[in-house]
Amino acid sequence: MTATAISLRGVSKHFGPVRAVDELDLEIADGEFFSMLGPSGSGKTTVLRLIAGFEDPTAGTILLGEDDVTRRPAFARDVNTVFQDYAIFPHMTVLQNVEYGLRVKKVAKAERRQRATEALETVRLGGYGERRPHQLSGGQRQRVALARALVNRPKVLLLDEPLGALDLKLRREMQIELKEIQREVGITFVFVTHDQEEALTMSDRIAVFNEGRIEQLATPVELYDQPASAFVAGFVGTSNLLHGEAARQVVGEDGTFVIRPEKVGLGPESQDVPADAAGLCVAPGVVREVVYLGASTSTVVELDAGPTMTVSHPNTDTTIDAALERREQRVVLTWRRDHLVRLAEPVATEKETA
Amino acid sequence: MAQTKTLSRGLRGTLGAFTAVVLVFIYVPLLLVLLNSFNTDNTFGWPPPGLTLHWWKVAWESQGARDALWTSVKVACAATVVALLLGTLAAMALRRTRFFGRNVVSLLIILPIALPGIVTGLAFQNEFSTILGIGLSLWTVIIAHATFCIVTVFNNVQARFQRLGTSFEQASMDLGAGRWTTYRLVTFPMLRSALLAGALLSFGLSFDEIVVTTFTASPHDQTLPLWILNNLFRPNQAPVVNVVAAVLVVLSAVPIYLAQRLSGSQAEAINIP
Repeated sequence: MTATAISLRGVSKHFGPVRAVDELDLEIADGEFFSMLGPSGSGKTTVLRLIAGFEDPTAGTILLGEDDVTRRPAFARDVNTVFQDYAIFPHMTVLQNVEYGLRVKKVAKAERRQRATEALETVRLGGYGERRPHQLSGGQRQRVALARALVNRPKVLLLDEPLGALDLKLRREMQIELKEIQREVGITFVFVTHDQEEALTMSDRIAVFNEGRIEQLATPVELYDQPASAFVAGFVGTSNLLHGEAARQVVGEDGTFVIRPEKVGLGPESQDVPADAAGLCVAPGVVREVVYLGASTSTVVELDAGPTMTVSHPNTDTTIDAALERREQRVVLTWRRDHLVRLAEPVATEKETA
Repeated sequence: MAQTKTLSRGLRGTLGAFTAVVLVFIYVPLLLVLLNSFNTDNTFGWPPPGLTLHWWKVAWESQGARDALWTSVKVACAATVVALLLGTLAAMALRRTRFFGRNVVSLLIILPIALPGIVTGLAFQNEFSTILGIGLSLWTVIIAHATFCIVTVFNNVQARFQRLGTSFEQASMDLGAGRWTTYRLVTFPMLRSALLAGALLSFGLSFDEIVVTTFTASPHDQTLPLWILNNLFRPNQAPVVNVVAAVLVVLSAVPIYLAQRLSGSQAEAINIP
């Protein structure tokens, strides 16, 4: 195990009666790209602000490396933040913005000039130093915010939904670039997002937050393939949930099961179920909706056993007319038994809608 | 510009004409004052029988006008300094803390600008002379003026704080700057134009104030507006008053113009789209 960059021990933050963060234990390793994923109000941003020092915890201890920083103000912590709205100082040039951290730490002018220029080159903004912030595009401002934080060579870089304000194409590009930059500089990144795709793309590990607690902490692959709860299964990607009577009928066992839409096959009712049926689950139903998504098509099927399931197929054919014609027709869904994930906890119905 | 396009042609014409009428109504009399300051006829006969610089020379040499101008500048400067300090501190205090009655305090700070000057003036005279028992002087004028000058600074600074939010200061602290450094390098520079605009308005307010001044000044302290009022009906002084008035019109246009330009250009730079 590598060294620990951040440890949170029993950290709570209450705002009046609201438990924004509820007795959280968390260890983030050195050099890790760590994401905190969750819906708004799940406490992920509060955790980030606790690490940065903008909030005081109601209880618990926060360690940076070996140092207890729980009661230390923001300016005395060796972390830097990229803010959601970037917070680039409008009255300074780009270079002055990037230099700021070095300037207040009394780094000699020549050195800070050089380091700021290098940082701007790292984020592919060489030559933009003399510009004013209002002359930059959203993506460029985001990079300035990144350079301004990186130039201080902090132990940990905190990113608060930094890509939220960008359009989809730019966001994808920045996701890849952020990951590259993180590899180059080797600093621990703690990344807050509500976008599961973003988290899956970039992270070494992801903590899924729900109601001030971590629902699951795992690698992207584990998280997707082995969700620990119905909440995680529902929040990370689309998933079909089978429980109670439906599970007994379709799976033949008691319990709560999750199956991903792309792992389910869809065929006409007349098709023969393969001989090794023991390894397959089979569920007949009626197509209720067909949704064309460009790269794939989603089909919503109401099972005879009760629940509806979503099935996803890549659009490899030249036309999807055939799929669209299936509306209101009877079909049979099949999937491999080993693709089913059994959830440990009983389903709390309120969490499904959260 | 985008807004005017949504108006119909006829409505735009009407609005234009209306604006023109209002502007003419306001500025023609002011131009008359300016013109009359060159009028050779000291009862302001119309049309002017001739033009002269004589009154300007007389006004320039008038000790009374000069003293009054200097007094007004002193009062306005002092009131503005007090307003800048107290107005900024009040805005900062109300921004940082949320307490019961916060809105009431805010209202109480803003109220003096809406109170009738005659009420404020009487109240202050009563307070200074009867309750506190201190003689009226320039200081009493300054204190009285400061109560409504604070409002312009307070409002400007508060509006700026609201627009800025707190993330710039958090970013500064996050980058290692302490509270004082953050104020010096981030908060103050971003407040600067709001402070300047507030100060210019405050100076203007104090400079031409007459009602409150009447009640709070001692008999031998004469600000410029008081001097004008006292000399207006003296036949020999009327043309000189005209000159002084003309100068005042020009002088007061400058700070307002500056204040407007400042808040405009800064708003653009700070309101990052």
